Amino acid sequence: MSDYNFAYLDEQTKRMIRRAILKGLAIPGYQVPFASREMPMPYGWGTGGVQVSAATLTPEDTLKVIDQGADDTTNAISIRKFFEKTAKIATTEKTSSASVIQTRHRIPEEQLTEDQILVYQVPIPEPLRFLEPSEIETRKMHALEEYGLMHVKLYEDISRHGAIATSYAYPVKVEDRYVMDPSPIPKFDNPKMEMAAIQLFGAGREQRIYALPPHTKVVSLDFDDFPFEPSKADYSCDLCGSENSYLDEVIVDDEGGRIFVCSDTDFCSSRQSINSELIYE
Amino acid sequence: MSELLLDVRGLSKYYGNRIGCAEVNFDLWPGEVMGIVGESGSGKSTLLNCLAGQVEADFGEVFFNTRSEGMKDTFQMSEPERRMLSRTDWAFVHQNARDGLRMNVSAGGNVGERLMAVGSRHYGKIREKAVDWLERVEIHNSRIDDRPKAFSGGMQQRLQIARNLVTGPRLVFMDEPTGGLDVSVQARLLDLIKSLVRELNLSAIIVTHDLAVVRLLADRLMVMKDGYVVESGLTDQVLDDPQHSYTQLLVSSVLQA
Repeated sequence: MSDYNFAYLDEQTKRMIRRAILKGLAIPGYQVPFASREMPMPYGWGTGGVQVSAATLTPEDTLKVIDQGADDTTNAISIRKFFEKTAKIATTEKTSSASVIQTRHRIPEEQLTEDQILVYQVPIPEPLRFLEPSEIETRKMHALEEYGLMHVKLYEDISRHGAIATSYAYPVKVEDRYVMDPSPIPKFDNPKMEMAAIQLFGAGREQRIYALPPHTKVVSLDFDDFPFEPSKADYSCDLCGSENSYLDEVIVDDEGGRIFVCSDTDFCSSRQSINSELIYE
Repeated sequence: MSELLLDVRGLSKYYGNRIGCAEVNFDLWPGEVMGIVGESGSGKSTLLNCLAGQVEADFGEVFFNTRSEGMKDTFQMSEPERRMLSRTDWAFVHQNARDGLRMNVSAGGNVGERLMAVGSRHYGKIREKAVDWLERVEIHNSRIDDRPKAFSGGMQQRLQIARNLVTGPRLVFMDEPTGGLDVSVQARLLDLIKSLVRELNLSAIIVTHDLAVVRLLADRLMVMKDGYVVESGLTDQVLDDPQHSYTQLLVSSVLQA
């Protein structure tokens, strides 16, 4: 007998969160308020994502947790261990064998399928927040589809930097209706959001859940004369040689030495093992 | 003869038992400037806010001649419709430019916001229009990427006017547009407003306590006291031959330099 209810949260709480998730799926991109619970981890560590995962997981699920694409960072490991302990479910680092993937700030490189659920940790769900501080006003703007202000932010970018310099948390329009913050994923990942998997977004401190059903239309905002460009570092991975995955810059010594490596560790290591097999054959 | 632009009937607003403004009736024609004067607390700002839909009135009707559907009661409009109107056909110039500007967005972004709000999505064209409007309000285009924080009070006020007029509104509400500015800056601003009103055939409702401002800008004048309109008529007529005792007091209270 376990000391925890399955996946930590009590059943009524999970039920409440599932209702919010279903509502979010019914209205893609709409921020559904929910009664976020205190979790045994600090705000900013993915309390929203953890609650959504807890309400989504079944005993048969296999969970993968990534932080900036990596399976082996503190945040990813602690959340993975949390569910190993409280739900006794299987975990994996392999993208393709996971049924639920909780992520912080990345979408895996490997294409996801309709059997998978991707759960995002969201710090600030309101895309208009830094332009319009009033929640009453931003809700009204969403309700009335008044999104001109979002373009003011992009205008400011171009006037100051000569190009749209927003490189993460790049605002998107969902199904020609709601403007949504895709959480701080790099804009390189934005085109991937039109995917087969269900995408759920949980913001614990801000008490909001939103969602994208499979194959939802997601368009990154831009200007006619400054179109959206997904960007990445102009190098290839120094470990696996991939030319089209998102890269992290890593400083390797104190003499200015640096390498670029895939931010998705599972993608990189699987490519490395294929490469080494090729060499030994 | 062109059609009536605004028709106000029996407008009243109460704050509990106290009167904000009561039983106001007037009409406004295209290209006409209406001045509203009175002392503080006489209900002029309440009236203006009711007309602009920023405060809900208790009684009365305000008909506005919309482009698509003709005369329409703005109090009966749905909120989206009224908000649409307030960023296309209407403009509101606040006394304090800080209330009407986004202080952390550049001058160009401030002017462009209304364009983007009505669906403009071409950076080059938005920029071009912003440059054009800054020029019209005598702000050098080298300042286009500066934030309003870096502007003087007069420049902020001119920027606010540019930001409001960029979508070609037909009716401008102004609440003490020259308040808080020194006299020479006031004079330039009044000059600018006057020429813009002429050039664009704008209608305007200007609330002020400064009789010199209405003398210069307004075609017609309403004098308010304790929430009621006590006298109205052509500006020169009211100021030169005041009939109501309060108007007489007001006119005689002006300091002669």
